[in-house]
Amino acid sequence: MSWNSATEFFAMGGYAFYVWGSFGIAAILMAGEMLLVRARRRAAFLELGREIVARRAGGR
Amino acid sequence: MSGINWFRFSSPQSFYPLAAKMIPWFSALAVVFGVIGLYISFFVAPTDAQQGEAYRIIFVHVPASWMSMFLYLVMAFWAAVGMAMNTRLAGMMASAIAPTGAMFAFLSLWTGSLWGKPMWGTWWVWDARLTSELILFFLYLGFIALQSAIDDPRRADRAGALLAIVGVINIPIIYFSVQWWNTLHQGASVSLTRAPSMAKTMLLGMLLMALAFWMYSIAVSLSRARAIILERERHTVWVEELSELNQ
Amino acid sequence: MSEASLWNGFSAAVRRDLLLAMRRKSDVLTTLFFFVIVTSLFPLGIGPETDMLRRIAPGVLWVSALLATMLSLNRLFAADYVDGTLEQMALSAVPLGVLVAGKVAAHWLLAGLPLTLLAPVLGLQFDMAPRSLAVMVASLAIGTPVLSLIGAIGAALTLGVRGGGVLVSLLVLPLYVPALIFGAGAVEADVSGLGSGAHLSLLAAMLAVAGFFAPWATTAALRIALE
Repeated sequence: MSWNSATEFFAMGGYAFYVWGSFGIAAILMAGEMLLVRARRRAAFLELGREIVARRAGGR
Repeated sequence: MSGINWFRFSSPQSFYPLAAKMIPWFSALAVVFGVIGLYISFFVAPTDAQQGEAYRIIFVHVPASWMSMFLYLVMAFWAAVGMAMNTRLAGMMASAIAPTGAMFAFLSLWTGSLWGKPMWGTWWVWDARLTSELILFFLYLGFIALQSAIDDPRRADRAGALLAIVGVINIPIIYFSVQWWNTLHQGASVSLTRAPSMAKTMLLGMLLMALAFWMYSIAVSLSRARAIILERERHTVWVEELSELNQ
Repeated sequence: MSEASLWNGFSAAVRRDLLLAMRRKSDVLTTLFFFVIVTSLFPLGIGPETDMLRRIAPGVLWVSALLATMLSLNRLFAADYVDGTLEQMALSAVPLGVLVAGKVAAHWLLAGLPLTLLAPVLGLQFDMAPRSLAVMVASLAIGTPVLSLIGAIGAALTLGVRGGGVLVSLLVLPLYVPALIFGAGAVEADVSGLGSGAHLSLLAAMLAVAGFFAPWATTAALRIALE
């Protein structure tokens, strides 16, 4: 293991901004994408529910 | 496994519950590969003599570039299947993959830029790889824009499929031409592969991260495909009878 | 279907589009004016040093030609799609691909060829050497048909689509990259003494590939739009 302490780990030999910027954006993008997919799914369900209610109320 | 009738799953109705069963598995695999991959990239892989710790960016940059290219191929494959066999599901898969591919292309550009700043001294270099990745990103955006501009989903699928196939024929030509252009204008170019001598642990870390991204892509595009099915098939009886809906 | 009737269909499509364009000359002229104005804006934006201008000239002329071609793509199928002519073409005895090839050829005659002929005059504004001007014209003569052929796919895909005009640029411009690189690169290679032969041959190879595949892809895209 090449790290002696947690601070050294987070400092990344002076490249903290670049390294954590890269891994951070990867995490943010992936989490964001999952949230977007979930929102899309929820919106589809809402739309569906509304349509079904309308169809049943329409006497079908 | 040979007893399974694969064609049965080509209808959205049977694919929908199947995908629901597959998503947790692929998500779990993504987490497992991701954790091991991150462990190797931060704790096992030694500090690079020339680049210091900044080279660890490669563990996210290279797998992201691989995935962005691979996903375009997969997308074009589904597009071609959709065109040839006229199945609805294939078109839905193609449009479910596109945003994830675009995301990885963007991630590759972003991390490439963050790697370039300490290594090359600038945020952007017109390096052959970065330039081709940028054009690949544009191709993804074109695909997504075309599909979202067409209201009729069937036409959107088929138009997108054609564009994806044209794109896939063009990618080698684009890559070759950018490479050629780059060698002609030397000076600006520093190739990514030349700098670090690829140690075995490095390769292993990159492969594991690529596997994690791969599993993540499968899981997220499957769930996006499910959402697309709900949007498009909402007038069918089977969607109305979904148990999730009636709870 | 005999070879003669295929050829007749092709030339009829070319003649028809040329005739229509002659009736509405302003469309063609607008494209040319666009080309002239854009190239003339670059020195104003960058500064009048001749050394600099000479260096950027091939790239500027090529990018402007690319944009001008792209702007004129809209008229390739749009009018025929709206008035139903395209549907008649799809139903006619001549294969649609042949008619599409004819329309693309007409588009090149109306956009690519005038741009090619105009380019040396504009090149003088950038103080290009006569030899470079000749290479420039050669590269545009081989390259602009590629632009028309690839552009036709984009024009067919965006037919009758919301915001088609802007969308077509998003689809087509990334695919234009190889033609731009080899087209503008030919002039630079000639100036640097490497010779433009390799660039021009690759451009010609691209033309051959595009000439073979693009009408087929355009036809498929038109059929999707006509469904």
